[in-house]
Amino acid sequence: MATASTSAPEFASAPLLRVNAVTRLYGERTGCRDVSFDLHQGEVLAIAGESGSGKTTLLNCIAGRSRPTAGTVEYNLRHEGLRDIYRLSEARLRLLARTDWGFVHQNPRDGLRIDVSAGANVGERLMAIGDRHYGRIRDTTEDWMHRVELDTSRIDDAPATFSGGMQQRLQIARNLVTHPRLMFMDEPTASLDVSVQARLLDLLRGLASELGLAAIVVTHDLAVARLLAHRLLIMKSGQVVESGLTDQVLDDPQHPYTQLLVSSVLQA
Amino acid sequence: MTADLMVRVRGLSKTFVLHHQNGARLPVLDCVDLDVQRGECVVLHGPSGAGKSTLLRSLYANYRIQHGSVEIHHAGKWVNLADAAPRELLAVRAQTVGYVSQFLRVIPRVPALELVAQPLLGAGVARRDAESRAGALLARLNVPAKLWSLPPATFSGGEQQRVNIARGFISRFPVLLLDEPTAALDSANRAVVADMIDDARREGAAIVGIFHDDEVRSRVATRLHPLAALPEAA
Ligand SMILES: Nc1ncnc2c1ncn2[C@@H]1O[C@H](COP(=O)(O)OP(=O)(O)OP(=O)(O)O)[C@@H](O)[C@H]1O
Ligand SMILES: [Mg+2]
Repeated sequence: MATASTSAPEFASAPLLRVNAVTRLYGERTGCRDVSFDLHQGEVLAIAGESGSGKTTLLNCIAGRSRPTAGTVEYNLRHEGLRDIYRLSEARLRLLARTDWGFVHQNPRDGLRIDVSAGANVGERLMAIGDRHYGRIRDTTEDWMHRVELDTSRIDDAPATFSGGMQQRLQIARNLVTHPRLMFMDEPTASLDVSVQARLLDLLRGLASELGLAAIVVTHDLAVARLLAHRLLIMKSGQVVESGLTDQVLDDPQHPYTQLLVSSVLQA
Repeated sequence: MTADLMVRVRGLSKTFVLHHQNGARLPVLDCVDLDVQRGECVVLHGPSGAGKSTLLRSLYANYRIQHGSVEIHHAGKWVNLADAAPRELLAVRAQTVGYVSQFLRVIPRVPALELVAQPLLGAGVARRDAESRAGALLARLNVPAKLWSLPPATFSGGEQQRVNIARGFISRFPVLLLDEPTAALDSANRAVVADMIDDARREGAAIVGIFHDDEVRSRVATRLHPLAALPEAA
Protein backbone atom coordinates (compact mmCIF):
# COMPACT_ATOMS: atom_id res chain seq x y z
CA MET A 1 0.00 0.00 0.00
CA ALA A 2 3.01 2.30 -0.39
CA THR A 3 1.29 4.70 -2.76
CA ALA A 4 1.73 8.44 -2.50
CA SER A 5 -1.86 8.92 -1.46
CA THR A 6 -1.59 6.61 1.52
CA SER A 7 1.80 7.84 2.64
CA ALA A 8 0.89 11.53 2.64
CA PRO A 9 -1.51 11.45 5.59
CA GLU A 10 0.98 9.28 7.42
CA PHE A 11 3.51 12.12 7.24
CA ALA A 12 0.84 14.52 8.38
CA SER A 13 0.01 12.51 11.48
CA ALA A 14 3.67 11.95 12.31
CA PRO A 15 5.15 14.59 14.58
CA LEU A 16 6.94 17.57 13.09
CA LEU A 17 9.73 17.13 15.58
CA ARG A 18 10.82 14.22 17.74
CA VAL A 19 13.28 14.82 20.55
CA ASN A 20 14.57 11.54 21.86
CA ALA A 21 16.61 11.21 25.07
CA VAL A 22 18.67 14.31 24.37
CA THR A 23 21.58 14.89 26.74
CA ARG A 24 24.13 17.66 26.50
CA LEU A 25 27.09 17.66 28.85
CA TYR A 26 29.66 20.40 29.29
CA GLY A 27 32.60 18.41 30.53
CA GLU A 28 31.50 17.18 33.92
CA ARG A 29 28.56 19.53 34.11
CA THR A 30 25.08 18.72 32.82
CA GLY A 31 23.46 21.14 30.39
CA CYS A 32 20.39 18.99 29.93
CA ARG A 33 19.75 15.31 30.48
CA ASP A 34 17.51 12.71 28.87
CA VAL A 35 14.84 15.01 27.42
CA SER A 36 12.20 13.49 25.15
CA PHE A 37 9.06 14.88 23.56
CA ASP A 38 7.14 15.07 20.28
CA LEU A 39 5.89 18.29 18.75
CA HIS A 40 3.13 18.38 16.14
CA GLN A 41 2.30 20.98 13.55
CA GLY A 42 0.61 24.02 15.06
CA GLU A 43 1.60 23.18 18.64
CA VAL A 44 3.30 25.77 20.80
CA LEU A 45 5.44 24.31 23.56
CA ALA A 46 6.95 26.39 26.34
CA ILE A 47 10.02 25.37 28.33
CA ALA A 48 10.16 27.01 31.74
CA GLY A 49 12.39 26.75 34.78
CA GLU A 50 14.80 28.93 36.68
CA SER A 51 17.93 30.37 35.13
CA GLY A 52 20.62 27.76 34.75
CA SER A 53 18.11 24.91 34.52
CA GLY A 54 19.20 24.06 30.98
CA LYS A 55 16.45 25.68 28.91
CA THR A 56 18.68 27.41 26.38
CA THR A 57 21.03 24.43 26.16
CA LEU A 58 18.09 22.23 25.24
CA LEU A 59 16.77 24.78 22.74
CA ASN A 60 20.13 25.00 21.01
CA CYS A 61 20.35 21.20 20.76
CA ILE A 62 16.90 20.98 19.24
CA ALA A 63 17.51 23.85 16.83
CA GLY A 64 20.59 22.27 15.31
CA ARG A 65 22.98 24.73 16.92
CA SER A 66 24.68 22.42 19.39
CA ARG A 67 25.18 18.69 18.90
CA PRO A 68 23.80 16.62 21.79
CA THR A 69 26.23 14.41 23.69
CA ALA A 70 23.63 11.65 23.39
CA GLY A 71 20.15 11.22 21.95
CA THR A 72 18.60 12.32 18.68
CA VAL A 73 16.60 15.20 17.25
CA GLU A 74 14.43 14.19 14.31
CA TYR A 75 12.64 16.65 12.06
CA ASN A 76 9.87 15.82 9.61
CA LEU A 77 11.37 16.91 6.29
CA ARG A 78 8.90 17.70 3.54
CA HIS A 79 8.63 14.56 1.33
CA GLU A 80 11.09 12.56 3.44
CA GLY A 81 9.58 12.16 6.87
CA LEU A 82 11.47 12.11 10.16
CA ARG A 83 15.24 12.48 9.77
CA ASP A 84 17.97 12.93 12.37
CA ILE A 85 19.04 16.55 11.85
CA TYR A 86 22.59 15.94 13.02
CA ARG A 87 23.05 13.38 10.24
CA LEU A 88 22.17 15.88 7.53
CA SER A 89 25.00 17.61 5.72
CA GLU A 90 25.98 20.91 7.19
CA ALA A 91 24.73 22.77 4.11
CA ARG A 92 21.37 21.05 4.34
CA LEU A 93 21.00 21.83 8.03
CA ARG A 94 21.89 25.46 7.37
CA LEU A 95 19.27 25.67 4.62
CA LEU A 96 16.67 24.12 6.91
CA ALA A 97 17.46 26.65 9.63
CA ARG A 98 17.13 29.48 7.14
CA THR A 99 13.90 28.43 5.50
CA ASP A 100 11.75 25.93 7.37
CA TRP A 101 12.77 27.16 10.82
CA GLY A 102 13.08 30.50 12.54
CA PHE A 103 15.07 31.46 15.62
CA VAL A 104 14.13 34.48 17.69
CA HIS A 105 16.88 35.48 20.11
CA GLN A 106 16.38 37.02 23.52
CA ASN A 107 18.49 39.97 22.49
CA PRO A 108 17.36 41.28 19.07
CA ARG A 109 20.95 42.29 18.38
CA ASP A 110 21.87 38.60 18.19
CA GLY A 111 19.22 37.95 15.56
CA LEU A 112 19.52 41.07 13.43
CA ARG A 113 22.24 42.78 11.46
CA ILE A 114 22.00 45.95 13.36
CA ASP A 115 23.74 48.29 10.91
CA VAL A 116 22.04 47.34 7.64
CA SER A 117 18.52 48.56 6.87
CA ALA A 118 15.40 47.01 8.36
CA GLY A 119 14.30 46.07 4.85
CA ALA A 120 17.58 44.30 4.12
CA ASN A 121 17.26 42.34 7.36
CA VAL A 122 13.97 40.90 6.18
CA GLY A 123 14.82 40.64 2.47
CA GLU A 124 18.05 38.81 3.21
CA ARG A 125 16.23 35.62 4.18
CA LEU A 126 14.32 35.71 0.92
CA MET A 127 17.50 36.18 -1.09
CA ALA A 128 19.08 33.31 0.82
CA ILE A 129 16.46 31.00 -0.67
CA GLY A 130 17.11 32.31 -4.15
CA ASP A 131 14.64 35.14 -4.66
CA ARG A 132 16.37 37.79 -6.80
CA HIS A 133 13.40 39.93 -7.82
CA TYR A 134 14.02 43.27 -6.11
CA GLY A 135 10.48 44.66 -6.42
CA ARG A 136 8.90 41.49 -5.12
CA ILE A 137 11.33 41.26 -2.22
CA ARG A 138 10.55 44.84 -1.25
CA ASP A 139 6.79 44.23 -1.44
CA THR A 140 7.01 41.09 0.67
CA THR A 141 9.23 42.90 3.16
CA GLU A 142 6.76 45.76 3.49
CA ASP A 143 3.93 43.28 3.92
CA TRP A 144 5.75 41.57 6.80
CA MET A 145 6.72 44.84 8.44
CA HIS A 146 3.05 45.72 8.32
CA ARG A 147 2.00 42.39 9.81
CA VAL A 148 4.29 42.84 12.79
CA GLU A 149 2.98 46.38 13.18
CA LEU A 150 6.12 48.21 12.08
CA ASP A 151 5.86 51.52 10.25
CA THR A 152 6.84 50.66 6.66
CA SER A 153 8.25 54.15 6.16
CA ARG A 154 11.14 52.98 8.38
CA ILE A 155 12.12 50.29 5.85
CA ASP A 156 15.41 51.98 4.95
CA ASP A 157 16.39 52.81 8.53
CA ALA A 158 18.90 50.67 10.40
CA PRO A 159 17.45 48.68 13.33
CA ALA A 160 20.07 50.34 15.52
CA THR A 161 17.70 53.34 15.46
CA PHE A 162 14.68 51.24 16.58
CA SER A 163 13.33 50.73 20.10
CA GLY A 164 13.79 47.31 21.72
CA GLY A 165 10.19 46.35 21.00
CA MET A 166 10.50 47.38 17.35
CA GLN A 167 13.74 45.44 16.99
CA GLN A 168 12.08 42.38 18.43
CA ARG A 169 9.18 42.68 15.97
CA LEU A 170 11.64 43.12 13.12
CA GLN A 171 13.44 39.97 14.21
CA ILE A 172 10.13 38.13 14.07
CA ALA A 173 9.32 39.47 10.59
CA ARG A 174 12.79 38.44 9.41
CA ASN A 175 12.08 34.89 10.56
CA LEU A 176 8.53 34.57 9.28
CA VAL A 177 9.17 35.86 5.77
CA THR A 178 10.19 32.40 4.52
CA HIS A 179 7.04 30.79 5.97
CA PRO A 180 8.78 28.52 8.44
CA ARG A 181 6.89 25.62 9.98
CA LEU A 182 8.80 25.74 13.25
CA MET A 183 10.00 28.68 15.33
CA PHE A 184 12.45 28.61 18.21
CA MET A 185 12.25 31.49 20.63
CA ASP A 186 14.56 32.18 23.53
CA GLU A 187 12.92 34.51 26.06
CA PRO A 188 11.37 36.59 23.26
CA THR A 189 9.87 39.18 25.61
CA ALA A 190 12.40 39.23 28.44
CA SER A 191 14.31 42.28 27.20
CA LEU A 192 11.17 44.42 26.87
CA ASP A 193 9.15 46.72 29.11
CA VAL A 194 6.00 45.13 30.52
CA SER A 195 3.71 47.30 28.36
CA VAL A 196 5.58 46.33 25.20
CA GLN A 197 5.66 42.66 26.26
CA ALA A 198 1.88 42.38 26.16
CA ARG A 199 1.76 43.76 22.66
CA LEU A 200 4.44 41.41 21.40
CA LEU A 201 2.85 38.40 23.07
CA ASP A 202 -0.49 39.19 21.54
CA LEU A 203 1.14 39.55 18.14
CA LEU A 204 2.96 36.22 18.50
CA ARG A 205 -0.20 34.48 19.63
CA GLY A 206 -2.13 35.77 16.65
CA LEU A 207 0.58 34.90 14.13
CA ALA A 208 1.15 31.40 15.51
CA SER A 209 -2.52 30.46 15.25
CA GLU A 210 -3.06 32.24 11.93
CA LEU A 211 -0.05 30.59 10.29
CA GLY A 212 -0.44 27.21 12.01
CA LEU A 213 3.14 27.54 13.25
CA ALA A 214 4.73 25.14 15.65
CA ALA A 215 6.97 26.83 18.17
CA ILE A 216 9.23 26.12 21.10
CA VAL A 217 9.45 29.06 23.46
CA VAL A 218 11.93 29.23 26.29
CA THR A 219 10.74 31.48 29.08
CA HIS A 220 11.16 31.87 32.81
CA ASP A 221 7.86 33.77 32.90
CA LEU A 222 4.92 31.47 33.57
CA ALA A 223 2.45 34.14 32.44
CA VAL A 224 4.10 34.12 29.01
CA ALA A 225 3.74 30.34 28.91
CA ARG A 226 0.08 30.59 29.91
CA LEU A 227 -0.65 33.07 27.15
CA LEU A 228 1.33 31.52 24.31
CA ALA A 229 1.76 27.82 24.80
CA HIS A 230 -0.48 24.78 24.49
CA ARG A 231 2.01 22.66 26.37
CA LEU A 232 4.60 23.28 29.04
CA LEU A 233 7.78 21.51 30.17
CA ILE A 234 9.26 22.39 33.53
CA MET A 235 13.04 21.96 33.82
CA LYS A 236 15.18 21.73 36.89
CA SER A 237 18.91 20.99 36.98
CA GLY A 238 18.89 19.99 33.32
CA GLN A 239 15.98 17.57 33.56
CA VAL A 240 12.31 17.78 32.72
CA VAL A 241 10.50 17.31 36.03
CA GLU A 242 6.95 17.83 34.77
CA SER A 243 5.11 18.29 31.49
CA GLY A 244 1.54 18.54 30.26
CA LEU A 245 -1.01 20.99 28.93
CA THR A 246 0.02 24.44 30.11
CA ASP A 247 -3.03 24.94 32.29
CA GLN A 248 -2.65 21.45 33.83
CA VAL A 249 0.91 22.13 34.85
CA LEU A 250 0.12 25.57 36.24
CA ASP A 251 -3.23 24.80 37.92
CA ASP A 252 -2.52 21.30 39.23
CA PRO A 253 1.27 21.12 39.64
CA GLN A 254 2.50 17.72 40.83
CA HIS A 255 6.25 17.99 41.30
CA PRO A 256 7.58 19.81 44.38
CA TYR A 257 9.64 22.12 42.16
CA THR A 258 6.65 23.02 39.98
CA GLN A 259 4.56 23.68 43.07
CA LEU A 260 7.29 26.00 44.31
CA LEU A 261 7.53 27.83 40.97
CA VAL A 262 3.78 28.28 40.69
CA SER A 263 3.36 29.45 44.26
CA SER A 264 6.22 31.93 43.98
CA VAL A 265 4.61 34.00 41.23
CA LEU A 266 1.83 36.45 41.90
CA GLN A 267 -0.57 35.13 39.31
CA ALA A 268 0.12 33.24 36.13
CA MET B 1 -30.12 5.75 25.31
CA THR B 2 -26.37 5.01 25.31
CA ALA B 3 -26.08 6.93 22.03
CA ASP B 4 -26.89 10.04 24.04
CA LEU B 5 -24.30 9.41 26.70
CA MET B 6 -21.57 12.05 26.46
CA VAL B 7 -19.66 11.89 29.74
CA ARG B 8 -18.78 8.73 31.63
CA VAL B 9 -16.81 8.99 34.87
CA ARG B 10 -15.76 5.83 36.71
CA GLY B 11 -13.95 5.52 40.02
CA LEU B 12 -12.49 9.02 39.88
CA SER B 13 -10.35 9.74 42.93
CA LYS B 14 -8.19 12.74 43.61
CA THR B 15 -5.84 13.56 46.45
CA PHE B 16 -3.80 16.75 46.41
CA VAL B 17 -0.29 16.45 47.82
CA LEU B 18 1.11 19.75 49.04
CA HIS B 19 4.87 19.21 48.97
CA HIS B 20 5.67 22.48 50.67
CA GLN B 21 3.21 22.01 53.53
CA ASN B 22 5.10 19.03 54.94
CA GLY B 23 3.69 16.85 52.19
CA ALA B 24 0.13 17.30 53.46
CA ARG B 25 -2.35 15.03 51.70
CA LEU B 26 -5.78 16.38 50.89
CA PRO B 27 -8.22 13.72 49.68
CA VAL B 28 -10.98 15.46 47.71
CA LEU B 29 -12.68 12.94 45.43
CA ASP B 30 -13.21 9.31 46.30
CA CYS B 31 -14.38 6.90 43.64
CA VAL B 32 -16.81 9.23 41.85
CA ASP B 33 -19.08 7.74 39.17
CA LEU B 34 -21.08 10.04 36.92
CA ASP B 35 -22.95 9.69 33.62
CA VAL B 36 -24.20 12.70 31.70
CA GLN B 37 -26.48 12.42 28.68
CA ARG B 38 -27.38 14.91 26.00
CA GLY B 39 -30.25 17.12 27.12
CA GLU B 40 -29.32 16.87 30.81
CA CYS B 41 -28.10 19.56 33.14
CA VAL B 42 -26.47 17.84 36.10
CA VAL B 43 -25.74 20.17 38.98
CA LEU B 44 -22.93 19.24 41.37
CA HIS B 45 -24.20 19.82 44.86
CA GLY B 46 -22.34 19.92 48.15
CA PRO B 47 -20.74 22.19 50.73
CA SER B 48 -17.83 24.48 50.00
CA GLY B 49 -14.66 22.44 49.67
CA ALA B 50 -16.53 19.23 48.77
CA GLY B 51 -14.65 19.06 45.47
CA LYS B 52 -17.25 20.34 43.02
CA SER B 53 -14.80 22.49 41.10
CA THR B 54 -12.18 19.76 41.31
CA LEU B 55 -14.56 17.32 39.62
CA LEU B 56 -15.57 19.84 36.98
CA ARG B 57 -11.94 20.70 36.20
CA SER B 58 -11.19 16.99 35.89
CA LEU B 59 -13.85 16.74 33.17
CA TYR B 60 -11.84 19.33 31.22
CA ALA B 61 -8.48 17.65 31.93
CA ASN B 62 -7.47 20.88 33.65
CA TYR B 63 -6.81 18.80 36.75
CA ARG B 64 -4.98 15.55 36.27
CA ILE B 65 -6.85 12.32 36.66
CA GLN B 66 -4.96 10.24 39.20
CA HIS B 67 -7.23 7.23 39.61
CA GLY B 68 -10.20 6.14 37.59
CA SER B 69 -11.36 7.35 34.21
CA VAL B 70 -13.11 10.30 32.63
CA GLU B 71 -14.40 9.44 29.19
CA ILE B 72 -15.82 11.95 26.75
CA HIS B 73 -17.73 11.02 23.62
CA HIS B 74 -15.68 12.95 21.08
CA ALA B 75 -15.85 12.78 17.28
CA GLY B 76 -17.72 9.50 17.31
CA LYS B 77 -15.58 7.65 19.83
CA TRP B 78 -14.77 7.56 23.54
CA VAL B 79 -11.65 9.39 24.67
CA ASN B 80 -10.34 8.73 28.17
CA LEU B 81 -8.87 11.98 29.44
CA ALA B 82 -6.73 10.04 31.90
CA ASP B 83 -4.45 8.68 29.19
CA ALA B 84 -5.08 10.82 26.09
CA ALA B 85 -2.12 12.53 24.40
CA PRO B 86 -1.90 16.31 24.76
CA ARG B 87 -3.06 16.92 21.21
CA GLU B 88 -6.09 14.68 21.72
CA LEU B 89 -6.98 16.70 24.81
CA LEU B 90 -6.66 19.90 22.78
CA ALA B 91 -8.93 18.46 20.09
CA VAL B 92 -11.52 17.47 22.68
CA ARG B 93 -11.45 21.03 24.01
CA ALA B 94 -11.63 22.58 20.56
CA GLN B 95 -14.58 20.54 19.35
CA THR B 96 -16.45 18.86 22.18
CA VAL B 97 -16.05 20.25 25.67
CA GLY B 98 -16.45 23.89 26.64
CA TYR B 99 -15.63 25.25 30.09
CA VAL B 100 -16.91 28.48 31.57
CA SER B 101 -15.17 29.49 34.76
CA GLN B 102 -16.23 32.17 37.15
CA PHE B 103 -13.53 34.55 36.00
CA LEU B 104 -12.55 35.81 32.61
CA ARG B 105 -8.89 35.39 31.72
CA VAL B 106 -8.19 38.68 30.03
CA ILE B 107 -5.79 38.68 27.10
CA PRO B 108 -3.94 41.99 26.78
CA ARG B 109 -5.20 44.24 23.98
CA VAL B 110 -7.87 41.84 22.70
CA PRO B 111 -11.31 43.54 22.54
CA ALA B 112 -14.40 41.89 24.02
CA LEU B 113 -16.04 41.11 20.67
CA GLU B 114 -12.86 39.45 19.39
CA LEU B 115 -12.43 37.48 22.61
CA VAL B 116 -15.96 36.09 22.24
CA ALA B 117 -15.54 35.36 18.52
CA GLN B 118 -12.15 33.65 18.87
CA PRO B 119 -13.40 30.09 19.43
CA LEU B 120 -15.39 30.27 16.18
CA LEU B 121 -12.55 31.93 14.27
CA GLY B 122 -10.25 29.17 15.51
CA ALA B 123 -12.71 26.63 14.13
CA GLY B 124 -12.52 28.28 10.71
CA VAL B 125 -15.81 30.22 10.75
CA ALA B 126 -15.72 33.36 8.58
CA ARG B 127 -14.97 36.52 10.54
CA ARG B 128 -18.24 38.24 9.62
CA ASP B 129 -20.34 35.32 10.83
CA ALA B 130 -18.28 34.82 13.98
CA GLU B 131 -18.50 38.50 14.88
CA SER B 132 -22.20 38.73 14.24
CA ARG B 133 -22.86 35.72 16.46
CA ALA B 134 -20.56 37.18 19.11
CA GLY B 135 -22.45 40.47 18.93
CA ALA B 136 -25.80 38.71 19.25
CA LEU B 137 -24.64 36.89 22.39
CA LEU B 138 -23.20 40.03 23.98
CA ALA B 139 -26.44 41.86 23.23
CA ARG B 140 -28.52 39.07 24.74
CA LEU B 141 -26.35 39.30 27.86
CA ASN B 142 -26.90 43.07 28.02
CA VAL B 143 -23.25 43.99 27.49
CA PRO B 144 -23.48 47.58 26.14
CA ALA B 145 -22.38 47.78 22.50
CA LYS B 146 -19.99 50.62 23.28
CA LEU B 147 -17.87 48.15 25.28
CA TRP B 148 -17.52 45.56 22.53
CA SER B 149 -14.49 47.15 20.93
CA LEU B 150 -12.62 47.54 24.24
CA PRO B 151 -10.38 44.99 25.96
CA PRO B 152 -12.28 43.76 29.06
CA ALA B 153 -9.41 44.42 31.50
CA THR B 154 -11.23 47.51 32.79
CA PHE B 155 -14.76 46.02 32.79
CA SER B 156 -16.71 45.40 36.00
CA GLY B 157 -16.76 41.90 37.46
CA GLY B 158 -20.25 41.24 36.13
CA GLU B 159 -19.39 42.55 32.67
CA GLN B 160 -16.30 40.36 32.50
CA GLN B 161 -18.33 37.38 33.59
CA ARG B 162 -20.88 37.98 30.85
CA VAL B 163 -18.12 38.26 28.22
CA ASN B 164 -16.81 34.96 29.53
CA ILE B 165 -20.24 33.34 29.27
CA ALA B 166 -20.68 34.58 25.71
CA ARG B 167 -17.29 33.11 24.82
CA GLY B 168 -18.23 29.80 26.43
CA PHE B 169 -21.58 29.50 24.68
CA ILE B 170 -20.60 30.66 21.19
CA SER B 171 -19.36 27.28 19.95
CA ARG B 172 -22.46 25.24 20.90
CA PHE B 173 -20.26 22.58 22.46
CA PRO B 174 -21.86 19.14 22.88
CA VAL B 175 -20.56 19.13 26.47
CA LEU B 176 -20.66 22.28 28.55
CA LEU B 177 -19.05 22.71 31.99
CA LEU B 178 -20.14 25.69 34.05
CA ASP B 179 -18.49 26.72 37.32
CA GLU B 180 -20.69 29.33 38.99
CA PRO B 181 -21.24 31.33 35.81
CA THR B 182 -23.85 33.53 37.50
CA ALA B 183 -21.98 34.36 40.72
CA ALA B 184 -21.35 38.05 39.95
CA LEU B 185 -24.60 38.79 38.07
CA ASP B 186 -27.75 40.70 38.99
CA SER B 187 -31.07 38.86 38.87
CA ALA B 188 -32.01 40.05 35.37
CA ASN B 189 -28.75 38.74 33.92
CA ARG B 190 -28.95 35.56 35.98
CA ALA B 191 -32.28 34.91 34.29
CA VAL B 192 -30.72 35.47 30.84
CA VAL B 193 -27.98 32.97 31.60
CA ALA B 194 -30.51 30.46 32.93
CA ASP B 195 -32.42 30.82 29.63
CA MET B 196 -29.23 30.28 27.65
CA ILE B 197 -28.47 27.14 29.65
CA ASP B 198 -31.98 25.81 28.99
CA ASP B 199 -31.65 26.58 25.29
CA ALA B 200 -28.30 24.81 25.02
CA ARG B 201 -29.71 21.79 26.85
CA ARG B 202 -32.76 21.59 24.59
CA GLU B 203 -30.48 21.76 21.59
CA GLY B 204 -28.83 18.61 22.95
CA ALA B 205 -25.90 19.74 25.03
CA ALA B 206 -24.84 17.62 28.01
CA ILE B 207 -24.29 20.15 30.79
CA VAL B 208 -22.55 19.85 34.15
CA GLY B 209 -22.68 22.88 36.39
CA ILE B 210 -22.11 24.36 39.81
CA PHE B 211 -24.59 26.99 41.02
CA HIS B 212 -24.63 28.38 44.52
CA ASP B 213 -27.78 30.39 43.89
CA ASP B 214 -30.79 28.20 44.88
CA GLU B 215 -33.12 29.86 42.42
CA VAL B 216 -30.82 29.37 39.41
CA ARG B 217 -30.03 25.85 40.51
CA SER B 218 -33.62 24.70 40.77
CA ARG B 219 -34.39 26.51 37.56
CA VAL B 220 -31.70 24.85 35.36
CA ALA B 221 -31.00 21.48 37.01
CA THR B 222 -32.54 18.34 35.59
CA ARG B 223 -30.76 16.35 38.29
CA LEU B 224 -28.47 16.97 41.28
CA HIS B 225 -25.28 15.03 41.82
CA PRO B 226 -24.40 15.19 45.52
CA LEU B 227 -20.78 15.50 46.63
CA ALA B 228 -19.81 15.27 50.29
CA ALA B 229 -16.65 16.59 51.87
CA LEU B 230 -14.22 13.77 52.60
CA PRO B 231 -12.77 13.22 56.05
CA GLU B 232 -9.18 14.47 56.42
CA ALA B 233 -6.48 11.97 55.61
CA ALA B 234 -4.93 10.24 58.58
N1 LIG C 1 -4.89 22.85 42.60
C1 LIG C 1 -5.10 22.53 43.88
N2 LIG C 1 -4.07 22.24 44.67
C2 LIG C 1 -4.26 21.90 45.95
N3 LIG C 1 -5.47 21.81 46.54
C3 LIG C 1 -6.56 22.09 45.80
C4 LIG C 1 -6.43 22.48 44.43
N4 LIG C 1 -7.66 22.70 43.94
C5 LIG C 1 -8.53 22.46 44.96
N5 LIG C 1 -7.87 22.09 46.08
C6 LIG C 1 -8.48 21.74 47.37
O1 LIG C 1 -9.48 20.76 47.15
C7 LIG C 1 -10.62 20.99 48.00
C8 LIG C 1 -11.87 21.08 47.14
O2 LIG C 1 -11.83 22.29 46.40
P1 LIG C 1 -12.90 22.66 45.31
O3 LIG C 1 -12.51 23.97 44.74
O4 LIG C 1 -13.07 21.53 44.39
O5 LIG C 1 -14.24 22.81 46.20
P2 LIG C 1 -15.68 23.30 45.81
O6 LIG C 1 -16.63 22.22 46.18
O7 LIG C 1 -15.71 23.77 44.41
O8 LIG C 1 -15.88 24.53 46.81
P3 LIG C 1 -16.62 25.95 46.61
O9 LIG C 1 -18.05 25.65 46.74
O10 LIG C 1 -16.09 26.74 47.78
O11 LIG C 1 -16.21 26.49 45.30
C9 LIG C 1 -10.30 22.24 48.79
O12 LIG C 1 -9.81 21.86 50.05
C10 LIG C 1 -9.21 22.92 47.98
O13 LIG C 1 -8.38 23.69 48.80
MG1 LIG D 1 -15.88 25.71 43.47
